[in-house]
Amino acid sequence: MTRRDLIRFLRGLRDGLPIGAGYFAVSFAFGIQAREVGLSAFQTFVLSGSNLTSAGQFAGLRIIQAGGALAAMALTQLVINLRYCLMSCALSQKLARDVPFWHRFFIACGVTDEIFAVGVGAPGPLRPAYFYGLTAISWPGWVAGSVLGVLAGDILPGSVSQALAIALYAMFVAIVVPAAKADRRVLAVSLAAVALSVLGQALPLFGPRHAGMLIVIVTVVVAGVAAFLFPVGEASGKGGEP
Amino acid sequence: MTGGHVWLCVAVMAGVTYAIRLLPLILLRHEIRNVWFRSFLHYVPYATLSAMTIPAALLDAPTPLAGAAGLLVAGALAYLGRNLLLSAAAASLAVWLVGLLA
Repeated sequence: MTRRDLIRFLRGLRDGLPIGAGYFAVSFAFGIQAREVGLSAFQTFVLSGSNLTSAGQFAGLRIIQAGGALAAMALTQLVINLRYCLMSCALSQKLARDVPFWHRFFIACGVTDEIFAVGVGAPGPLRPAYFYGLTAISWPGWVAGSVLGVLAGDILPGSVSQALAIALYAMFVAIVVPAAKADRRVLAVSLAAVALSVLGQALPLFGPRHAGMLIVIVTVVVAGVAAFLFPVGEASGKGGEP
Repeated sequence: MTGGHVWLCVAVMAGVTYAIRLLPLILLRHEIRNVWFRSFLHYVPYATLSAMTIPAALLDAPTPLAGAAGLLVAGALAYLGRNLLLSAAAASLAVWLVGLLA
């Protein structure tokens, strides 16, 4: 690791700090539910450590509890986590061109809503060291929260965990707002996505269990139409990014 | 519920989720030339992050008002160019304070 990579890694740790804190709060709730389903602390450790995803894990827990089929489990995870596919597509184009191929196998481990958001929001091409810094501070938060939730049960006051959980949404806002301020097309995309997302949630078609699918549909429709209406020029595709 | 079934479930969950994350990264190795697809991927983060934030942040907060306060504080600080950590911490504080008042 070069000195520059070390600095990128440390910068990733710093920028990922709110992710780690927010994950701790959210995964604490996951640990409490895992305990109710009857999972051990070790099972929860492996589950959270190998999945690193919120909605998918909560849904998986319900299927484990119901003794559901493995095919149902696979399909549920596919539907809920399909948004990661879009995120990985975007990351593949944001990645610095000189990055060796094998890095992609490790970068994939850290593709979550929040790590993706911060990684893709950072200016310039994405360096793996920065992404690993984000992942390295987020993963322990998620895993430690899960395990403590199993061991300790409900010890965090609800007001504190809800306040920490908003940190995750605040990061999304902190990434979209400056980009929307700099570019009216991004503003239009953001407003359209919010409008469709609110509309979709209001429809009986998408209950809370299908929120993951709704996000994929909204993203594909809004980004697809925006790409048609406001194509990004050859040159500004990379360099023009805020 | 047997331990073996739990481990199988965990393996399936982790395998499917990792595959979704990995496949686009190893299939899209080169720079995409198609202008529409490039533009599409350029807009994906903003569309997906916006759709994930609202209404979910309002529904997850103690009250929708507290959630709105948190988002407004985060939005205002981001608009002023403050960093991520400060935006996130201030939003947490705002939600906590408004939650106390409610």
